Amino acid sequence: MQTEYTEDQEAFREVVSRFLSDKSQPAMVRELMESEEGFDSQVWQQLCSEVGLSATHFPEAYGGFGFGPVELGIIAEEMGRYIYCGPFFASCVMAGYALLASASEEAKASLLPEIATGSTIATLVLDNLNSPALVGESLTAREGRLSGNAPLVVDAQNASTLIVIAGEASGLGLYCLATDATGVQIAAVEALDSTRKLASVSFANADVRKIGDISRNTLEQIWDYLCVALAHEMIGGAQHLLESTVDYTKVRYQFGRPIGSFQSLKHRCADLLMEVEFAKAVTHHAAFCLAAGDGEPYVASMAKAMAADTYMKAAKEAIQMRGGIGFTWEEDTHLWYKRAKSSEVFLGTPAMHRERMMSLMEETA
Amino acid sequence: MNEMSLDDITGEVNAWLDENWDPNLSLEDWRRILVDGGWATPHWPSQFFGRDFTLEQSAVVARIFNERGVVPVAQTGPRRLAAETILAMGNDDQKSRYLRPILTGEHSWCQLFSEPGSGSDLAGLSTKAQLVDGRWIINGQKVWNTSAHHADYGILVARTDWDVPKHQGISFFLIHMHQPGVEVRPLKQMNGHASFNEVFMTDAVVAAEDLVGGEGNGWAVAKTTLSYERRLGGVGRSFGGVQGDWRGRVYQEYEKELTIANEPYTWYPQRQGRVDLVLPRARETGAIQDPATRQEIARLICMQKGASLASAAAEAKRKSGSNELVPAGSIGKLAASVIARQAAHVHTLISSADAMRSGPDSAENGLVAEVLISVPAISIAGGTDEIQRNIISERVLTMPKEMRADTGPFRDIKRNE
Ligand SMILES: Cc1cc2nc3c(=O)[nH]c(=O)nc-3n(C[C@H](O)[C@H](O)[C@H](O)COP(=O)(O)OP(=O)(O)OC[C@H]3O[C@@H](n4cnc5c(N)ncnc54)[C@H](O)[C@@H]3O)c2cc1C
Repeated sequence: MQTEYTEDQEAFREVVSRFLSDKSQPAMVRELMESEEGFDSQVWQQLCSEVGLSATHFPEAYGGFGFGPVELGIIAEEMGRYIYCGPFFASCVMAGYALLASASEEAKASLLPEIATGSTIATLVLDNLNSPALVGESLTAREGRLSGNAPLVVDAQNASTLIVIAGEASGLGLYCLATDATGVQIAAVEALDSTRKLASVSFANADVRKIGDISRNTLEQIWDYLCVALAHEMIGGAQHLLESTVDYTKVRYQFGRPIGSFQSLKHRCADLLMEVEFAKAVTHHAAFCLAAGDGEPYVASMAKAMAADTYMKAAKEAIQMRGGIGFTWEEDTHLWYKRAKSSEVFLGTPAMHRERMMSLMEETA
Repeated sequence: MNEMSLDDITGEVNAWLDENWDPNLSLEDWRRILVDGGWATPHWPSQFFGRDFTLEQSAVVARIFNERGVVPVAQTGPRRLAAETILAMGNDDQKSRYLRPILTGEHSWCQLFSEPGSGSDLAGLSTKAQLVDGRWIINGQKVWNTSAHHADYGILVARTDWDVPKHQGISFFLIHMHQPGVEVRPLKQMNGHASFNEVFMTDAVVAAEDLVGGEGNGWAVAKTTLSYERRLGGVGRSFGGVQGDWRGRVYQEYEKELTIANEPYTWYPQRQGRVDLVLPRARETGAIQDPATRQEIARLICMQKGASLASAAAEAKRKSGSNELVPAGSIGKLAASVIARQAAHVHTLISSADAMRSGPDSAENGLVAEVLISVPAISIAGGTDEIQRNIISERVLTMPKEMRADTGPFRDIKRNE
């Protein structure tokens, strides 16, 4: 199993980072978050076709580059750092992994290449974002008909294709339908973090195509992949907040000295660095484990819990150490604060993940 | 660097052991053979008992020793700090006189750094060293000196110049403890053990050739010691001895050495929180079913995993020659404190009212009670948590330094009476 990044992977990070630092500057993020769709379709096209990020983790047979969770993690980490606004997580990560894990060969061959080029934007409809154990209770499929409601779906208003995990008479199934199909209703939801667009999706006896079976186990695995990608996004954001906050304390003067010379701030920055380093190490390790199909069975939950707590801590400190300016709309820190808050609870709270960790550990003990 | 492949090393170690390793030797005889063979400390330079091995190469040797139940060189107490400091900063004469008996176990060492008036502010020390007739005469008091009560030698920092800024007036010495001018008095700790001491030096003598790094350069030498101390996770680690059921004279003598050397440190594993006992105890008592306790256990496991992966990542960066500043030592030391405290917290949750007990009838034969009253040491010994945070914020994050009240000649600085 890999324990550190290869030179190629480091070089890849450079490429991703350069692209995003140019195309996802705070001023652009602000503009997009105020807009309805929340992303720039030109940048999205470049990201997909020129830089090829959308296809990174798909097998070559489906138009991808055949890389895995480690390279995807690098992309997500940089996207978190720059708060990239766009349907990458919904389409490539969420819908992509659900299809890869459980769709029929035929569905994979027809859907994945289009997601890979970015020409199709898909999203994964989960009726519950808190825990994999709760998925499939309100969305149900019976004899090719889908009913029920998913209150929070990422980027549904931007998608053309919905990949749905729904409860069946017994078990779960994977379904696919177009967003403009009859019986589908999509309504934008006001989001605390407006850099990630949310919508509610409801189905009234919608005609739907079944594209695969999903066992509870597979759903747990998909959840793991999503959590590890999300954890990367979070540590990228946390790293940015740590760096920008430390920089600020060096230039802001009070009492005739930089505030960064006050020990109470220095010590908290030192603690934050330690936590960020640990969350990063565990998150990277989680991606290495997924890539190798090895490691602790609870590693994804561990990464998600640590990244979430660390990102929130970084966000709180980032605002606090800026004082009044940190609480303004004008200063950029709140963009990351809100992303941290929404990521903290997206796909399960830290407490849920710690509990999941313990259950997985006790199962295998 | 030594270019030997890991397979070649395996072959050579085994061949050498077939030839030389004999459990019926005396401990001292065996260690002489081991040290002179260069297999005791293969990561050391070939000129001094080593083979210029990388850490990876050395790990192969350690693994084979372990598998074959081979008795290693002496490692207990602060001796490793002394050895690594002498190796890094001593001259060839000092290396050839002192390193060998440290490894063979003939000499044990202590660290004479802290004083009643200066602990965190180590450079504010006021033990005096004066050159009189070609010998250094030492006067002053040290404190919290682990193992000084059975040490043959000490690494000592003392002031040789009072008219220069404080860091510049310090020199580093190797002092013989068995002499009339040195008096050692054990100190009882809050957990009832007595592993550290006070050391009084009254006209104690150090030979001129036992000054390390030159007069006035003691601070640089002491910093080397401290960085090893942070990396090793503190002095006086207990050593468990050889795993497995092996017989022979050398084992009996080794066991005896460990019993004596480890006696003051039987509580050391407890000060780190005994994370290893957490899950077994939680399962045995049924506390593992309690949702609040599960949350805290998970937090502990997260911290521990984070700390070990982050330190491995820092080590990899260091090896790859990256310039990026990663003071793995300070972060690791801070992490150890946080982990120990969390472990003590979890042990308390698991015990609940039974945490009121102590002694052999209490949990794990008293070990858990000892955890609860020993953990405070870890955030003080070897540099307090606050000092580690200063180091991390100033060196890694390059935040501005504290305002200083201790510049100028040492003589003029306000200090404890
Ligand atoms: C178990 C144990 C074993 C030890 N073994 C040895 C040994 O073998 N040899 C040896 O030489 N010493 C040894 N020590 C001593 C140890 O290194 C010192 O106790 C430690 O460095 C703190 O110094 P002090 O006790 O003088 O406390 P002080 O320095 O007086 O500190 C008191 C408090 O003030 C804080 N403080 C001090 N300066 C600052 C600052 N700049 N910023 C913020 N906070 C500050 C400290 O963090 C602490 O909380 C040992 C200590 C213990 C507990």
